Amino acid sequence: MNLHEYQAKQLLREFNIITPRGIVVEDPTHAELAATGYLGGDAWVVKAQIHAGGRGKSGGVRLVKSIDALLEAAQDLLGNPLVTYQNAPDGQFVSKLLVEETLPIAREMYLSLVVDRETERVAVVASSAGGMEIEEVAQTQPDKILRELCDPLLGLQEFQCRNLAFGLGLTGSHIGDLTRMLRALYKLFTESDLSLLEINPLVITEDGRMVALDCKMGVDDNALGRQKKFADMRDDTQIDAKEVAAQEAGLNYIALAGNIGCMVNGAGLAMATMDLIKLHGGEPANFLDVGGGATAETVAKAFKIILSDSKVHAVLVNIFGGIMRCDIIADGIIQAVKEVGVRVPVIVRLEGTNVELGKQKLAESGLSIITADGLTDAAQRAVAAVQGS
Amino acid sequence: MQRNEQLRQYKVPDMSILINKHTKVLCQGFTGKQGTFHSEQALAYGTQMVGGVTPGKGGQTHLGLPVFNTVREAVRQTGADASVIYVPANYAADSIMEAADAGVAVIVCITEGIPVLDMLNVKAALRANGAKLIGPNCPGIITPDECKIGIMPGSIHQRGKVGIVSRSGTLTYEAVHQTTRLGLGQTTCVGIGGDPIKGLDFIDCLAMFQADPETEAIILVGEIGGTREEEAADYIKQRITKPVAAYIAGRTAPKGKRMGHAGAIIAGGSGTAEAKMRALEAAGAVVAQSPAEMGTAVQTAMQR
Repeated sequence: MNLHEYQAKQLLREFNIITPRGIVVEDPTHAELAATGYLGGDAWVVKAQIHAGGRGKSGGVRLVKSIDALLEAAQDLLGNPLVTYQNAPDGQFVSKLLVEETLPIAREMYLSLVVDRETERVAVVASSAGGMEIEEVAQTQPDKILRELCDPLLGLQEFQCRNLAFGLGLTGSHIGDLTRMLRALYKLFTESDLSLLEINPLVITEDGRMVALDCKMGVDDNALGRQKKFADMRDDTQIDAKEVAAQEAGLNYIALAGNIGCMVNGAGLAMATMDLIKLHGGEPANFLDVGGGATAETVAKAFKIILSDSKVHAVLVNIFGGIMRCDIIADGIIQAVKEVGVRVPVIVRLEGTNVELGKQKLAESGLSIITADGLTDAAQRAVAAVQGS
Repeated sequence: MQRNEQLRQYKVPDMSILINKHTKVLCQGFTGKQGTFHSEQALAYGTQMVGGVTPGKGGQTHLGLPVFNTVREAVRQTGADASVIYVPANYAADSIMEAADAGVAVIVCITEGIPVLDMLNVKAALRANGAKLIGPNCPGIITPDECKIGIMPGSIHQRGKVGIVSRSGTLTYEAVHQTTRLGLGQTTCVGIGGDPIKGLDFIDCLAMFQADPETEAIILVGEIGGTREEEAADYIKQRITKPVAAYIAGRTAPKGKRMGHAGAIIAGGSGTAEAKMRALEAAGAVVAQSPAEMGTAVQTAMQR
């Protein structure tokens, strides 16, 4: 789960990390009040709150130097989707803005904490190339990336903080500032089960303060059960509505651009099915894993979600029946197709225990279900079905 | 004397890897719904189940087997050398460490949804312990006709020549089904699981398959996310003399989206299917373009 910038900065402040003063608003009037009443000054930054990066390059972060410009920016951004290179083509809906003070910046840096899967440790990454995408820095100036790996049993040590501080070229009191900040960030990261904590840029102001100018945080979905504080930070408007419905139904669904809906058991086979459709000249409309059970109930829910996408002209059901027998799965598919009133061609590939009985049941159901023999046949029939429509 | 006897028994050429008909298996989360169902299936398959653990239910009998409060006690009483874990995600990390501490050599964790930071701690604890962990978030491991530990359907397997190692459950079943149909059969199938931080990885299993006299060829099933397939490709190039076939899922997966498995995500341009396929091809593996061709790919690899 991703957090909004304003939520991430709230957490930073709870761990005594300095962020710019700012206020979250939901309408232009409040934006004006925030600027004139609370923040003061004569220039402000207006930041659209969405769960995607690349806001700066797509007009989602604006420096305004008058109240008129502030109101214009607020009116322009609020209530509309913001499209960045990360969430194209649909973009994400902006319902909140963060209005912040501007700061005189002397220096920009990059800082992040992330779980590094190769070394199986929390990695602290720092770079003197602040404000740039870290992937870009990794490609163009790899020597500018500093990395410290934390032993989970020991945590982040002070010498590692010094390695980073001196590596960034910091001097004087900034060495201690960074050390304190890093140890607080490590505590925040591990206590909150974060999967990503990125401060980019981390700045030093002209008066010498170390400030987190922007912050991105992600929480490990597997830990949401024990991290109760994130329950009311969830923002479902940032996710595809079909994905939200699928989550509520306990299904794994991801919307894609094609027209062949997919319903598969198992994440790996679900990906492989998408690839197979593409290999045979079609385009998958989604990723959907119905899980191991594949009961009539879950299959019906899955059909509803897939068919709520108007682009879908055929549905390919690909189930490897293991412990759940194919004849039971066939019953589930038949019941679900009847219940949901599926009007597009449904191609079913079953394999595994009792497969012949399963196929026989589908054939005798009287429904227009196309039974496929094997993976390749299934993909070819699905592609043919959408080309015919 | 008794110890020598044990050693000799261990030295009996272990055809297959990690588990065989001598493996004594415990179940953690034994009396729960999942633990009960899959233990019944394992018993029906012929797995040597010796008991289970459910804290607070020690002393009871379940499925005709003893229930213990702790893994330590269970190992002492039964001599178990493997354990399968079906406990809920929030307690599973603790269960893995409990099994490792009790001296269980092969720990199979089926549970999905363990927090990543818990797994970092588990891995640190295991490094000092030496126990072999399979999973989490995996279907388990099977040596056909001898020992089934996990949730895979036993009936699709056939004892034979191919070792299978895979990050995906149902794709393992596809590979099994295809090799059974072609009459190749399997030596051992290891589902290493779909999480980013896990126990045994491709390289560990490749090394064991290389050393196993019964395994004639290997199928590796990978997917997007991480760089373990690339590392496996390096290892294949340097150390594996047996024929290898591979399949990688997720060529059509969008960047930055987690595809069902916690570990299946293309992050910052790293972990793409193309990069993995290229690396494996360069290492001499036969890379199947379609999931329908894993069986024929290994056949091709064996013929050349």
